[in-house]
Amino acid sequence: MSESDVTRDGVRHARPDREAPTGAHAGRRRRRRGRGRGEQPMVPEAEFSSYYGKPVLNKPTWKPLDIAGYLYLGGLAGASSLLAAGAGVTGRPALGRAAKLGAAGSITLSLAALVHDLGRPARFLNMLRVFKPTSPMSVGSWILSGYVPLALAAAATDVAGRYRLVGSAATAGAAVLGPAVATYTAVLLSDTAVPSWHEGYRQLPFVFAGSAATSAAGLALAAVPSGQAGPARRMAVLGAGLELGAFRVMKLRMGLTAEPFEQGRPRRLLRTAEALTAGGAALALLSARVRDRRLAVAAGAALLTGSAALRFGVFHAGVASAEDPRYTVVPQRERLRARGR
Amino acid sequence: MSDGAEGHGNLLYGPQPDVAGAAGYPDAPPRMGFFTDTSVCIGCKACEVACKEWNAVPEDGLLLTGMSYDNTQGLGADTWRHVAFIEQRKPLAGQEPGVAHDDVDVFAAASRLGTDVASPGPGATAPPPDRAPGGAPAGEISPVSPDGRTELRWLMASDVCKHCTHAACLDVCPTGSLFRTEFGTVVVQEDICNGCGYCVPACPYGVIDQRKDDGRAWKCTLCYDRLGVGMEPACAKSCPTDSIQFGPLEELRERAQARVAQLHAAGVTDARLYGESPDDGVGGDGAFFLLLDEPEVYGLPPDPVVTTRDLPDMWRHAALAAVSLLALAAGSFVRRQR
Ligand code: SF4
Ligand code: SF4
Repeated sequence: MSESDVTRDGVRHARPDREAPTGAHAGRRRRRRGRGRGEQPMVPEAEFSSYYGKPVLNKPTWKPLDIAGYLYLGGLAGASSLLAAGAGVTGRPALGRAAKLGAAGSITLSLAALVHDLGRPARFLNMLRVFKPTSPMSVGSWILSGYVPLALAAAATDVAGRYRLVGSAATAGAAVLGPAVATYTAVLLSDTAVPSWHEGYRQLPFVFAGSAATSAAGLALAAVPSGQAGPARRMAVLGAGLELGAFRVMKLRMGLTAEPFEQGRPRRLLRTAEALTAGGAALALLSARVRDRRLAVAAGAALLTGSAALRFGVFHAGVASAEDPRYTVVPQRERLRARGR
Repeated sequence: MSDGAEGHGNLLYGPQPDVAGAAGYPDAPPRMGFFTDTSVCIGCKACEVACKEWNAVPEDGLLLTGMSYDNTQGLGADTWRHVAFIEQRKPLAGQEPGVAHDDVDVFAAASRLGTDVASPGPGATAPPPDRAPGGAPAGEISPVSPDGRTELRWLMASDVCKHCTHAACLDVCPTGSLFRTEFGTVVVQEDICNGCGYCVPACPYGVIDQRKDDGRAWKCTLCYDRLGVGMEPACAKSCPTDSIQFGPLEELRERAQARVAQLHAAGVTDARLYGESPDDGVGGDGAFFLLLDEPEVYGLPPDPVVTTRDLPDMWRHAALAAVSLLALAAGSFVRRQR
């Protein structure tokens, strides 16, 4: 392999004239990643070639607010439906109503975000032309078209205070589909060539499941009197554990492609998410002792924001990994080397 | 979708000898494709232009990048063929300065053009491997470096959609807008595409992309309209050096093997085929390449894998996670019973 003198920062040796020396400047450019004091790069610098530093992949064209928002709101809705069903079974009407309204509201917003990204509403219906198990987006559209009416019916019957039987059937149905709504979005991201999304496909559904739980718990904590918020408090703690634990494992297993999670905007977002989720869960526990509504509301707000920050962090890390050819080329090179080619 | 699954691998991954058959064409014509021999590419960009002209692809920016003669930069919604230019400090092969062509009558050679070139397949471009073009020293390659310098070489390569055997773009498309043609190629139907953009990050080669103004996805169709009437694609037609060769894939693979052997014999040891093996991560490309350096030097991934290979495993993990979420929620409610 040999190298080009033209790098992503321009021509290496300014303007070569006719007497420009040749051949003596071997040595590929090593890039120092990871700014900031004392920060260690997670993986040793790897040498690699690229075409003028141009990305190998075309990066996702999705609008961050729409798609990360869509992921977040789907998780919030899915896990809220579980809270709603549990509240129904254990006789906690206030919790049930808040969770049902939360699920209906957020799934509606989530659909709106998706349609906004597509450009026009008719395009969502276009998705229902076919059912394709190889396309998580197709599977997701079908899950949503089952879930949305159930979630809306559950909320509507609760508010109306009538059609109890229909209401509980819808609540139960939404709770059955809820976990799928919350986790299929992880497959949606992983089923791409984007290195930092694909490589984490084993743990990402668990991260999203945990994050869905914390957000739903957060909403309930903020909206429900503390007498009925016990399950939400426990869900916050369990969800935070699942989310933070799975994310740790994921980064450990991903190798080089975990790096984009630790740089720039994704890093800021994910650190914030971590702090808010852990802090929110702790506050939730505390709010059971100190009977102060403000504490519960603060816990809820922290959990909701933390979960959103997580989705945005994961989204942006993926885009960053697609933009840098390193994350495509180096792991593939290593794979080839391991196969002995 | 049943008869194609024999051999190792499944419908999502692994070798697939009958691509069109597996997609539901019982009596499909042979699989057609491109063999792009970059060792003879002169970087003239005729292919880029011909593609744009024939397919009425809009202009995609007239900026100068300053990085090389390549101002197109990469494949996208409005660039279906892209010629890469790589300037390297490396000799092409054993150099033979001072080789002249005094013994070649160029006018005689020109008068024979187009009259004695055999057509190996319907609309195929290139002569068979044993037939060198008129005037060329048979079977020999002479990289000439007139003033004896050996230090610089240009690599040029015309890149295009690979028309993968297992095409991630096609697998993930939720609308069925991307489909497999009877020629085994992969084509987008613009009237069905709903602009979800899912195919874009799914492609392991960075080929397909969304057009800014209409939000839909576009890429090379391997001139499906021309193939249907027995013509070769516009890029192959326009390539003056036969760097882009079009024909039945089987035949192209043989021709490519012969060409690599020829180059190796001539001392061009860097020559290698890229994307031709049915055992690779995408089941082999319908458009493959002869390269003179590592794929990443040309902006190609060294070991692409169709993302849907792992899809069954992804669904399994998602199902497990969904069950965990259910259990977690149940666990949040049980405490009272203690
Ligand atoms: S995955 Fe990419 S290279 Fe393969 S057929 Fe689709 S667009 Fe072409
Ligand atoms: S953008 Fe169009 S072609 Fe691409 S996956 Fe979506 S619907 Fe299919």
